[in-house]
Amino acid sequence: MPLGPCIVVTMDVPPYRLSGTVYGALLNHHTALQALGDAIHRPPYDRAPQAPVLYLKPRNTLAADGAPVAVPPGVAELEIGASLGVVIGRPACRLSADRALEFVAGYLIVNDVSVPHLPYYRPSIPFKARDGFCPLGPRVVARAALTNPDALTIRVFIDGELKQTAVTAELVRPVAKLLADVTDFMTLLPGDVLAVGVASPAPRIRAGQRARIEIDGLGRLENPFMAGAS
Amino acid sequence: MRLARVACAGAIHAAQPQQFADGRAGVRLTDGRTFSEDEVVWLPPLEVGTIIALGLNYAKRAKELAFSTPEEPLVFLKGPGTLLGHRGVTRRPADVKFMHYECELAVVIGRSARGVRRGAALAHVAGYCIANDYAIRDYLENWYRPNMRVKNRDGATVLGPWLVDAADVADPGNLELRTYVNGKLTQQGNTRDLISDVPALIEYLSSFMTLTAGDVILTGTPEGAVNVDVGDEVICEIEGLGRLQNTIVGDALFGR
Repeated sequence: MPLGPCIVVTMDVPPYRLSGTVYGALLNHHTALQALGDAIHRPPYDRAPQAPVLYLKPRNTLAADGAPVAVPPGVAELEIGASLGVVIGRPACRLSADRALEFVAGYLIVNDVSVPHLPYYRPSIPFKARDGFCPLGPRVVARAALTNPDALTIRVFIDGELKQTAVTAELVRPVAKLLADVTDFMTLLPGDVLAVGVASPAPRIRAGQRARIEIDGLGRLENPFMAGAS
Repeated sequence: MRLARVACAGAIHAAQPQQFADGRAGVRLTDGRTFSEDEVVWLPPLEVGTIIALGLNYAKRAKELAFSTPEEPLVFLKGPGTLLGHRGVTRRPADVKFMHYECELAVVIGRSARGVRRGAALAHVAGYCIANDYAIRDYLENWYRPNMRVKNRDGATVLGPWLVDAADVADPGNLELRTYVNGKLTQQGNTRDLISDVPALIEYLSSFMTLTAGDVILTGTPEGAVNVDVGDEVICEIEGLGRLQNTIVGDALFGR
């Protein structure tokens, strides 16, 4: 599947390019579940999620490091969804957690941009699927260069000011477990990206500001936000 | 024109319909070779980009599921791993009670669309296919419905058999849909009953996202989606687009 025209992500390990399919796991950071409190047991949800809660960032959302992100008219602020992105290296189907990381090619930073929304029952896709709403990069770092994906610190800066510090150690399903549970019902293909989880509360950003996400060993992903035409 | 993508004789080929003298149906490759339908492996008829699917887009179907008619189209997205070609098999896990087909008109985008108005929408369509978008309702959870364990399963979105040129479909807003399970008619509808019709969907989607050639919109299914079991043959038929066949298989085939 071709990538969006603006996406440039260097990848020096097989399969050498992203497929263009980016999945994200929702509510996979303890802070995100905690933020909902008892609401998870009440309508419309009724109970805590059982299987991984996944969504897809379509190819029109993919954007490179540095690409401007448009804030839609009528929307005051967007959410910066900073996540570790796992890049799949080999067809991954029904993985066991103890071997799942062998199917990982590498890692990168994902900025899952959203229009703030609740509830999570059946969110309207314009909240997450607008053009340019998924900057990722700046490059894929090979798996071998990162000793433990479950021990990384993620920092979000807005206009240079630190707004969020999160750790991947607080994932509800750590990376290997998440890969095992997801690939039980859907195969992940080489070059697919799985964003493993965003911490809550996600920092907000307005037009005219810049978001920078840093993850240990993965560099920094920085994008300006500007007022959009439509 | 109708185009399929098939694997045979060591390669993937574009293929057109071929009617043999004895009445059998088959395909003709661009290089002239002909095969009967069961001699080739049918792939989804194009390299698909973003897969956009609609829920509750027929009024009676919404009623069947006890939902009121939605104010905004209920859209969800699917990944390419879920696609399957004509005459393939789809797995029904042993532990489920309710797995159903969904016969849908699939709209294939042919030209980039952003901010397209209703009146100009159909000019962005390359053609149409039949989709059978299976769901397993046992796995439905109330988070980001319909969740991917229900709707994004491997090989559970059948697409084909042909990509039929838009020029050959006089009115996408008046096509009969029928599903047969083991030869018995179980679902029937018409795209004239779509709540958001094809131009409306293109206008809505292109208001916030760029649609690109190869993106596919699955427009939703009418009422009459019933449970299917291992061994069932499911045929989805849309007027002018052909018949899309699929067979339900069990876990054993997958070593589960």
